Amino acid sequence: MSTHPSEDRLATLRGPLAPEPCTARGITALTANPGCSRRAVLDAAGIDKATLAARLGRPARFGQSPFALARGRAFEALVKANGYAELIALVREKLGVPVEEAAVADLNEVGGSASPALRARETGHLLDRLAAGAEERLLLDHPVVPLEVAGRTALLEPDAVTHRVDGRFHVVEIKSFAVIDGRADPAKTAEAAKQAAVYVIALRRLLESLGHDPALVATEFLLVCPEDFSQRPVLARIDVRQEIEAIGFQLSRLRRADDLARALPADATLDLSLRSDGTPARTDAELAAGVGALESHYTPDCMGYCDLARHCRAEAVEQARPECLGGRVRDDLPGIDSTRTALRLIDTPGDGETLDPGHAEVVERLRAAARLYDSRRRPPGPRLPTASSETSPDAPAGRSAG
Amino acid sequence: MSLLTTVAALRAAETGTAQPLTTVRHAHIDDHPVVLIPLTLAGEACAPLAAMVGTDRDRPVLLTVPQPRDRTLRFRFAEELADILLPLIDGCRTESETYEAGRPKEERTRWTRAPQILVPNPGGIEFIRLLGRSTRLRRTDGPHAVAPTVPLLGNWLTWFADRTDFPGSGLLLAMTRLLTDHWATGWSPGENAHLPSLLAWIDPPPGRTGAEAALLAEDPAEHPPAGPTTDPVFDRTLHELTAARDAAPDDRARAAVDRTIADELRSQLAPTWELMWRGIDLLRALPPAARVPGRRAVDRTVFTHYTTYLEEDGRPRARRDHAASAARRLAQLEDAVARYESERAFDDPLVMARYELTGEAFTGTVVDRDPDRMVENGRAGLFRPALTVRVDTRPLLAVGTTVRCAGRDGLKAEILDRREAAGAGWEIDLQLTGGLGRVRKPPAPEGVIPDLGEELCWTTLGGYMTPAPLPAEEDTPWTHGGPPQPYEPTPDDAEESWE
Ligand code: SF4
Repeated sequence: MSTHPSEDRLATLRGPLAPEPCTARGITALTANPGCSRRAVLDAAGIDKATLAARLGRPARFGQSPFALARGRAFEALVKANGYAELIALVREKLGVPVEEAAVADLNEVGGSASPALRARETGHLLDRLAAGAEERLLLDHPVVPLEVAGRTALLEPDAVTHRVDGRFHVVEIKSFAVIDGRADPAKTAEAAKQAAVYVIALRRLLESLGHDPALVATEFLLVCPEDFSQRPVLARIDVRQEIEAIGFQLSRLRRADDLARALPADATLDLSLRSDGTPARTDAELAAGVGALESHYTPDCMGYCDLARHCRAEAVEQARPECLGGRVRDDLPGIDSTRTALRLIDTPGDGETLDPGHAEVVERLRAAARLYDSRRRPPGPRLPTASSETSPDAPAGRSAG
Repeated sequence: MSLLTTVAALRAAETGTAQPLTTVRHAHIDDHPVVLIPLTLAGEACAPLAAMVGTDRDRPVLLTVPQPRDRTLRFRFAEELADILLPLIDGCRTESETYEAGRPKEERTRWTRAPQILVPNPGGIEFIRLLGRSTRLRRTDGPHAVAPTVPLLGNWLTWFADRTDFPGSGLLLAMTRLLTDHWATGWSPGENAHLPSLLAWIDPPPGRTGAEAALLAEDPAEHPPAGPTTDPVFDRTLHELTAARDAAPDDRARAAVDRTIADELRSQLAPTWELMWRGIDLLRALPPAARVPGRRAVDRTVFTHYTTYLEEDGRPRARRDHAASAARRLAQLEDAVARYESERAFDDPLVMARYELTGEAFTGTVVDRDPDRMVENGRAGLFRPALTVRVDTRPLLAVGTTVRCAGRDGLKAEILDRREAAGAGWEIDLQLTGGLGRVRKPPAPEGVIPDLGEELCWTTLGGYMTPAPLPAEEDTPWTHGGPPQPYEPTPDDAEESWE
């Protein structure tokens, strides 16, 4: 972890606890909602969001099933067994890598230490030599690559990187969701692609910092998944240029978290530490105030990836924010920041006279919709008998026991 | 989607109560629906863990797989499910009726009933699709033989999953979709996918608003998820139990653990079972739309075709569709979507209101009529009765547009003129061009021409007045999905691992 001077404010906010490590998944979540200062500061300060959410009284309901964890581990072990026999076979078969290539660099540990900082340094050295053509490796197992995110250095860990496919580095992700008849769950594939894009960006920046051509890292990654209902691995090559562009853009947009943190009141805190007697150093109310001082940007998607979602949702519901009803409703209410305002404008004709023309048009359309909704939801009056005497060609002509 | 849905959602959020999106029920709810709630093992593609199934609210059947990684136990589950579903499917084939179809018209026969399976959510449908895929290609002979009912079940499940993509089909339906088609809540679509919360919005317990009840219903300890994925916290309990089962010293000990596992799984499924039937009650309480029986007749027809196919040929669907049949299927899907949307609007003023809002429909009162109007056209002249209707909102449809009347099947008109009315509103002149029966001169048949003062809705929506065209008999097994792709499962398919 770098000791950036700007981390001071964030470190003070966090208190004595060690920062939570930053993961690729965390970064894709952060870039999924780049407008959220709250998450940006919490992540940059390395706050344990799950614990924080529990302290705020609305614990997250995420959690990994032991079955899913076991399955994920078992599949990765299978792919890597016997010196990556399965993976190397796949790469040779599908990507035409010469058979004599089999050298693997194990970066899970460096000299018996699993310290991410050491492993990152070793990864950097190795990539430098590989890019310069001074050394040959087919695979790098669990390299560690740094990436600057919102003013903080994250150390990321792709499952593997290969060096010998079309002369470029390729990120390899091993996922245990199945590809059935050539189709995988689109949401899971999309999340894997986003994570791979984060790794590609990190690798490219690293190579650039080492004075190499960043284009040595391919914009495709290799996804390894079990096939059909078996454990047999299959390999897919997936283009992530779009994801790289989108995430790169979001990363550049993330305001520096320390700027955001600096705007907080001096006594704000996100300190989750416990005293020696086991009681919290700060009260829940103090934490709530600290979180409340950070601007949020809740959307229902938050429920899918952010530990704080139930807290932010309660806040958004309290403020009657249109986002609570989903993206479509929010898009239908441009310029209107609360559902209560929307209903007042709809239900008080004449109100809104002072609205600007664009806004007035929105309100007019909403009023028309509300008029129709209110008049048509009444049970319809008695219908006159149907005049048409044409018989439907599909009408039953007779009935018999069969 | 429409701004009307947004208005309904706003009102739901404000009042804390779900708001109706329809005035009638657009789906068929069978007298004997099969409720099926599957649970799967987390992290696996398709490892059945348990299912609660049946047609009787008071007698749910629980199926369990005490060690979901055990291949033999998985096939036992498939067999048990087949033993329940296949007789229920077969039970629909007791009575038949004749109907006319085809060109030239000919008499055909179909069953008077078709099965209906209700699952909690789209995940349940996906489970059925995958279970179908992993069982339909099995062989009933040779080294990897399974019970003959297993591939048959696979064929049926594949067929149900295929049919569910067609809007308006009532063969396999997901409860959350059924409910959100008919009600708007004050929550987002993602949150509405949670059945306990969705039902809480629509039908909260006494003393609570829907919004309050929906929040409480999010607690997985009190309201287990409706599957197929289980609650990760529950999985920890289950994980300990499966480990205890693996370590059991003898059959008796193992049987004891199996009973505990079954009890635990029942506790996860029973609340959803109750919710499914409450959902059914709520839907049944809505009056059915006029075109529901017509769409159900299509279901019965395709069901009949498929039973015939299974008897006469019975080969399973291949792993992947051929390009040609995939394209044909897509075209049929598009047609089915347009038809269903239009039918719903014709059946339901609240759905038609969406089209009124966009100007594709208008509702007006007849203020003038000329029932005997003839227009010059050669010697005979054309019989074109005329109407003037008064509307409240500015008409958006152009002169010359053809519109159909929503309350009167078959009645068609052309817009002749539109103008601002003296006083308030607008007037539209119409001439009737269709729906007059076969008469060529006045008088029109009794009751065909709308009366003065009558309020009617007119629309440009497609006039799907006849039921969906059915493919020729030889194309029927995957009716609406193209002809069958006769497929001979290979030994590879039969022994495909399911681990
Ligand atoms: S849940 Fe809250 S903190 Fe998390 S991303 Fe959403 S708005 Fe930001």
